[in-house]
Amino acid sequence: MSESTPRRERVTSPRTSAARAQRVPAAREIDAQTLLGEVYMSSLLRSQLRLALLALATLAVLVGGIPLLFWLFPDLTDVEVLAVPLPWFLLAFAVYPFLFGIGWLYVRAAERNERDFTDVLDRS
Amino acid sequence: MTATGYSLLGVTAVVVATLAVGAYGWRFSRTTSDFFVASRTVRPGLNASAIGGEYLSAASFLGVAGLVLAFGTEMLWYPVGWTAGYLVLLVFVAAPLRRSGAYTLPDFAESRLESRGVRRLSALLVVAIGWLYLMPQFQGAGLALAAPTGTGTWLGGVLVATVVVVNVLFGGMRSITFVQAFQYWLKLTALLFPLLFMAAIWLRDGAVSPASVAVGSGNAAGDSWTSPLAGTDHELYTTYAIIVATFLGTMGLPHVVVRFYTNPDGAAARRTTLLVLALLGLFYLLPPVYGGLGRLYAPDLVAAGRAESVVLELPARMVDGTLGDLLSALTTAGAFAAFLSTSSGLTVAVAGVISQDVMGRRFGGVRAFQAGAVVAVLVPLGLALLTEGVGVAQAVGLAFAFAASTFCPLLVLGIWWRRLTDAGAIAGMVVGGGCAGGAVLATLLGVGPGGWPGALLAQPAAWTVPLAFLTMVGVSLATPRRVPRHAARTMVRLHTPEAVQLDRGNPPR
Repeated sequence: MSESTPRRERVTSPRTSAARAQRVPAAREIDAQTLLGEVYMSSLLRSQLRLALLALATLAVLVGGIPLLFWLFPDLTDVEVLAVPLPWFLLAFAVYPFLFGIGWLYVRAAERNERDFTDVLDRS
Repeated sequence: MTATGYSLLGVTAVVVATLAVGAYGWRFSRTTSDFFVASRTVRPGLNASAIGGEYLSAASFLGVAGLVLAFGTEMLWYPVGWTAGYLVLLVFVAAPLRRSGAYTLPDFAESRLESRGVRRLSALLVVAIGWLYLMPQFQGAGLALAAPTGTGTWLGGVLVATVVVVNVLFGGMRSITFVQAFQYWLKLTALLFPLLFMAAIWLRDGAVSPASVAVGSGNAAGDSWTSPLAGTDHELYTTYAIIVATFLGTMGLPHVVVRFYTNPDGAAARRTTLLVLALLGLFYLLPPVYGGLGRLYAPDLVAAGRAESVVLELPARMVDGTLGDLLSALTTAGAFAAFLSTSSGLTVAVAGVISQDVMGRRFGGVRAFQAGAVVAVLVPLGLALLTEGVGVAQAVGLAFAFAASTFCPLLVLGIWWRRLTDAGAIAGMVVGGGCAGGAVLATLLGVGPGGWPGALLAQPAAWTVPLAFLTMVGVSLATPRRVPRHAARTMVRLHTPEAVQLDRGNPPR
């Protein structure tokens, strides 16, 4: 199916009435790739990319900073947390709940971005 | 019954259970879509277990404990990186890749960049990375079976290859999904259960810290063992190169990416990845403890050069009598589950590419997939039998650095930057893959120089990944006329939630 041919399912499927009712102007702006449609799309893309970069930056600073920290302050190796050496405590235990936490917050925020996008398209 | 008998029994049980669970899935496999992507109906819970089972390979099950035993805390960066790689995959790739509607990485590359050339190069890279990763699995299986039974090292590899081919031939992706979900939990149990007994013994013996004893010639004792920096020279660079390779390489592994197409939609792909993060974090708590206890109870393995078998031998050494032998048999069985599940996933991924891009025209659908699976297994099995010298960890490391330097920039830029062109993608993958592949090959062949050049060649990801990104961006900006005609439409398909009624262009096939 190329760009020029009409969307077949709109006339062949018996269930298209529901689908057609949802086709709102904002969605049509995106389909037609008008300037307004581009604004809708790039705002979704930018909000999702900003979120992804925020998650990556958190990971890079807090986990990626560990080698630098121990390189700058080698004495930290001798610190013990709950009778475990600090590097071992960080890399063998503490890092995993932290990674899951970032992921959990990311999924929540990403789904909220998508809900906002859907709402904007439904309201218009 | 002897310790060897128990181990053989354990391996046999895993093989039989794998075929039985696979047979449960065979009943549902009817169509080509079943074979490739399990008809995209796998729920997040089952799918996350399957991804975990597929991802935790010989390197995770045996390698991590052995590396921690021999080298110490710095080696914890590998399991941390393999988990964090899933976080990077989650935030940049998971949902858009599922929404792209493609079966394989070459499908994604072709539909996004509208170019057959990018497709062919991606197919070549998928097969290369897949074979590079399959080879050490077969070698590891040979070593694991040879240790307790005294058979030739070829037997384990041939056994794993046979079971994988049978399962893939009859069930494809659907049956593999059940097999791998089962094997995640098997691997977790196989490590956790013996550990409960061993931890009790360790506490009874006075809970001596592994960091307080010296092992081997003393080069890895005390301070050095607890230091989180890798190596002795250029330790900061080497550590960051490992971090870049593992954090960014995960998304480029073909068997990881092919799993995302089995999710029902983009949101489910995200939730699946989040569950995978939890499952991996849970599993990776265990192997380092084996490494730590190994320093106290099996330090001679380091000097003997058999640190990787610490997971297999430690239970029998710490727990007396039949119980110890049984626990060691359990970890041997778990190791076999690791070889089987990773090899299955890689075989499905490589077979999908071979059948679509090499023989798709001559055969059709399921037949081509089955023929592809046979080829996908036979070549690396032959390589594994011919080249026994290359280490398991080295080959896996090469695969990660290679994937990070090729598919990572392709996926990240392809998904988030609409001005990427086919010429840019090809140039970036050739430069990144060429430099990373050449660097590690030079190290493996022993022609690497010392000092800084040696460190740069041994762990190349820290400079090859930025280089690949820069090349891709630079060449794309220099060829603005080659921006794909439907790039804007493809972006709509990649990023909008499925619930919205939009024109998403043509999904691939």
